[in-house]
Amino acid sequence: MHEMSLAEGMLQLVEDGARRNAASGVKAVWLEIGALSQVEVDALRFCFDAVTRGSIAEGARLEIVTQPGLAWCMPCGARVPIARRGEGCPRCGSYQLQVVQGDEMRITEIEIA
Amino acid sequence: MCVTCGCGSDQNHVEGETHAHEHTHADGTTHAHPHGHEQEHGHDHALGAAHAQGTAPSRRVQIEQDILAKNDAIAGANRQRLADRGIFALNLVSSPGSGKTTLLVKTIEALQGRIQAAVIEGDQQTSRDADRIRATGAPAIQINTGKGCHLDADMVRRALDRLDPADGSLLLVENVGNLVCPAAFDLGEAHKVVILSVTEGEDKPLKYPDMFHAADLLLINKTDLLPYVDFDVDAAIGYARRVRPDIEVMRVSATTGEGFEGWLAWLERGVNAARARRDASVESLRRRVAELEAALGRSA
Repeated sequence: MHEMSLAEGMLQLVEDGARRNAASGVKAVWLEIGALSQVEVDALRFCFDAVTRGSIAEGARLEIVTQPGLAWCMPCGARVPIARRGEGCPRCGSYQLQVVQGDEMRITEIEIA
Repeated sequence: MCVTCGCGSDQNHVEGETHAHEHTHADGTTHAHPHGHEQEHGHDHALGAAHAQGTAPSRRVQIEQDILAKNDAIAGANRQRLADRGIFALNLVSSPGSGKTTLLVKTIEALQGRIQAAVIEGDQQTSRDADRIRATGAPAIQINTGKGCHLDADMVRRALDRLDPADGSLLLVENVGNLVCPAAFDLGEAHKVVILSVTEGEDKPLKYPDMFHAADLLLINKTDLLPYVDFDVDAAIGYARRVRPDIEVMRVSATTGEGFEGWLAWLERGVNAARARRDASVESLRRRVAELEAALGRSA
């Protein structure tokens, strides 16, 4: 379950951000998670709760914004939506796809006190 | 994670490295490191203060950072370190039981006298795989991830400190047998190589697309067993190319050596390219130094 490592990475970024802004507590963390990224959101929530215990981010709310998957289809020469990797272009069925959105795993903002 | 000594997960351990939770005093006594607790108390006070203030207004600040930013930064430093030494590094990933270690042993033996190889072995427990590699005469170091399911860049950084592979050599990192978690973690390698054996299902590239998408080369291993199993090689390659259209594919058998010429030639090309890049950058640095020295001479 690599979500534990991801949650540890998140906590470090949150702690760094809180320190830079001289925060006394972190109330919420905004995440952008792509539909094609390598993260299971429920597992990440569970792990984030576990790793933040006793930290400045204990009890912080996790606000997750999901980015839909988008790919550039070479034969169509167009951007097409894709739900998961290994799926063909919804227009022409080709697998010559270059993902252009949906593989992100980012912290965008934190709400601090 | 231990916040005092920054040792990452409490569980992972690089062979030969003093455990980060112990330290030795000048008088030679070693005792357990009382890790993290003081720091945690510090956090408690900070949190208490926040509660006491209660009415403090909250504000939102932008962070805009990749969750894997820290890992990727260390991986980038590993990559630079390897490039500076002209080392060609591969991250070998697969399910448990795909024949990775046997493939490595046979590869190292076949390259003997031509290319020096060193190995970093990742497993939850035991040094059995590193022992098998060391029996070939190649240097190897075992990382035990404990409860961890993948290697990360910092574990590899620490292993590199101990292993110190030779300039211009081949570094093979055998990741934990797991087709999910290692896909997300850059270690600083030149390529991820995914190994799929014919005793597995040919639809694994569709079931575990992240790993096949992350890999540049697919080795279909144990081809000597093809007459005895129901594995459609062309279908497997087709599925892999659905998730990674430009993935290179080679069919090998570590047991019989079938297909090894292509694999060894691919390795040799990689090693030669890494050496050439290093030589070119050393050469360009020399030229730059000579230019600066000439400029200094003129102005003096």
